[in-house]
Amino acid sequence: MKRLYLLAAAAALGLSTGGAGAATLDDVMAKGHLQCGVNTGLVGFAAPDENGVWEGFDVAYCRALAAAIFGDPMAVKFTPVTGKTRFTALASGEIDVLSRNTTWTFSRDVDLKQTFVGINYYDGQGFMAKKSLGVGSATELNGASVCIQTGTTTELNLADYFRSNGMEYDPIPIETNAEAKELFFADACDVYTTDRSGLAATRASHEDPDSLVVLPEIISKEPLGPLVSHGDDQWADIARWVLNALISAEELGVTADNAMEMAAGTNNPEINRMLGSEGNFGEMIGLSADWAVHAIMARGNYAEIFERNIGVNTPIGLERGANAIWSDGGLVYSPPFR
Amino acid sequence: MAYVTEQSSRPFRLRMLIYDTRYRSLTIQICALAGLMLVIAWLISNTAQNLALLGKPVNFGFLSQPASYDINQSFIEYSSRSSHLRASVIGLMNTLLVAFLGCLLATAIGLVIGVLRLSRNWIVARLMTIYIEGFRNVPVLLWIVFYMAIIIEVLPSPREFRGDSPEASMLLWDSVAITNRGVYVPEPLFSNGLGDVSVFGIFAISLDLIAFLVVLGAGIYASQRVARWAGKVQESTGVRPATWHYSTALIVVPPVALLLALGFHPGFPELKGFNFQGGINMRNSLIALWLALACYTGAFIAEIVRAGIQSVSKGQSEAASSLGLRPTLSMRLVILPQALRVIIPPLISQYLNLTKNSSLAIAIGYMDVTGTLGGITLNQTGRELECILLLIVCFLCISLTVSAVLNWYNNLVKLKER
Repeated sequence: MKRLYLLAAAAALGLSTGGAGAATLDDVMAKGHLQCGVNTGLVGFAAPDENGVWEGFDVAYCRALAAAIFGDPMAVKFTPVTGKTRFTALASGEIDVLSRNTTWTFSRDVDLKQTFVGINYYDGQGFMAKKSLGVGSATELNGASVCIQTGTTTELNLADYFRSNGMEYDPIPIETNAEAKELFFADACDVYTTDRSGLAATRASHEDPDSLVVLPEIISKEPLGPLVSHGDDQWADIARWVLNALISAEELGVTADNAMEMAAGTNNPEINRMLGSEGNFGEMIGLSADWAVHAIMARGNYAEIFERNIGVNTPIGLERGANAIWSDGGLVYSPPFR
Repeated sequence: MAYVTEQSSRPFRLRMLIYDTRYRSLTIQICALAGLMLVIAWLISNTAQNLALLGKPVNFGFLSQPASYDINQSFIEYSSRSSHLRASVIGLMNTLLVAFLGCLLATAIGLVIGVLRLSRNWIVARLMTIYIEGFRNVPVLLWIVFYMAIIIEVLPSPREFRGDSPEASMLLWDSVAITNRGVYVPEPLFSNGLGDVSVFGIFAISLDLIAFLVVLGAGIYASQRVARWAGKVQESTGVRPATWHYSTALIVVPPVALLLALGFHPGFPELKGFNFQGGINMRNSLIALWLALACYTGAFIAEIVRAGIQSVSKGQSEAASSLGLRPTLSMRLVILPQALRVIIPPLISQYLNLTKNSSLAIAIGYMDVTGTLGGITLNQTGRELECILLLIVCFLCISLTVSAVLNWYNNLVKLKER
């Protein structure tokens, strides 16, 4: 009986750590680095490069955030998290911010007590098949075996899509993108479904991308963005406005190369407010006056980050599409620095 | 002279709790227990408080919400609109299935390997040693992933069965298809079956299966009565009547007659669309998990079996043969009953290990209870504490049941000391 008590005590102990911590910024400052949760390996979004340094679209955001806080884009440690472990890692305080192709949904925002700080990629769920399968549309997938990353919204969308179209399928749950590739390329499943950006990345990493086809159907809305825990508004503000600074920088023509120069002062008051030569936005948000300059200089503005990691000139080859800046007809939009 | 036990005439005082040896140990134990309970109470209240601060009070209401995800292997009806509770139950059934199959195969492997390791043939004995050391000394997770990788990479995909000159073909007169998605075997179908019976409106059981099991059980019982009758005749006359034809007929004829009456015919798997349809699909994840768990645990059981057999002193088998018992009989009547009392207790813990190790299933996407309740449900609802508590209760129940059943069996076979 005593052993049972001990067991319960150990379980309770394991679960009672963590809790609601306030003043994340102070904690991060004290640690001396930012702890950022990223994908376990998705080329273009988050993957270690040949030198073992994490790079990618999602990683670049963390670097910008670290630069805004410490002035050093390398002052960030990365925790690779799976679709299943990511929210627990964030809620327990193991990571300060999660930047891992995470879909902003009602239940995650409200019920899981997280704060999405914005949208950095407008995505939708799609299907990828081998060309040799001879499938041209998702409506022809009745009876197919579908590889799917467990613990993601794609799992729920998939069930809804097949149900509403009156089709049967055989779900094959997997943990990571790497496992999905193994099963998919060995024909253990007919199609692989995830966000279309993820499909593009997986396709790009294949030796013969032309043998794979991404089906035209988009079966869901997947607004992806970074998120932090509920309960620390100042930290959420920092995370939100670093993202907004990257987007505004594209809009205002501030790049990694000219940010330092523009920080000395320009004719555009909004640039001056953002970069700190006018007003005291840095003080208001609890950072240095030139926080946005560092953030932009880390890996460039939104357009630079997009083009370097996942744009048309990269192996991933994604068009800006819905992710163009609003003035170019896209959805990417930042509230003003005023 | 009467000896009177000295009664303590002094009244009870509080300090006697500490200075009187009669009460001291009790006092210490009560204090320790109170302290332990205080710590537990503090931990529980701390957990509850922290969760309340996070805005996530403990609440099991999510179990009745629609699960919204699909499960690829279920014995009772399930769709994505079913509740999380039902999804959890299906996961639990899948856990029990793989644990049951695993224990059976592990026992068979363990028996064979354990006996063969004692073989006088040098090569056979060494080969078995290699098997045991190989499987015991590698983590079972690696074996699971390894088996899965072999199935996926080596076996043909369903697509290779297609076409005029397919690269792969079905086995046993086109009745079994072995693919990298699973093994498809024929399923029993009944053209005038009895239908299903609904249990409390929660799930349905096939009446055909129940009827078959009842008839089979009755046949086995009847044949045992025949054997008893034969024993009585042998005792009174000294001649045992031949009964094998009665027993065989009693066990075989009624079930076959029932199957014929129900219009039994096998349903063969057939390649339709992307996958084989019809038949029973033993999924690749089930097979990989099953084989890995059975081979791994089998290696441990083999050592237990060997130890059990070696624990019976050689004099016992010598005595048995001097009584004129043939080797098979002496094994059955003398060696094994004595070996079993050594084998059973560690065997229980191996069965428990296998059951608990089955929770590694998620590594290869087998939807056991850690995959449904502890995986997708936990993740989609964000109810970590509740889900983990339920999981603990589930595994506790399974393990305690297994050990209760085997302890009962152990009592049956253990040495009766008179």
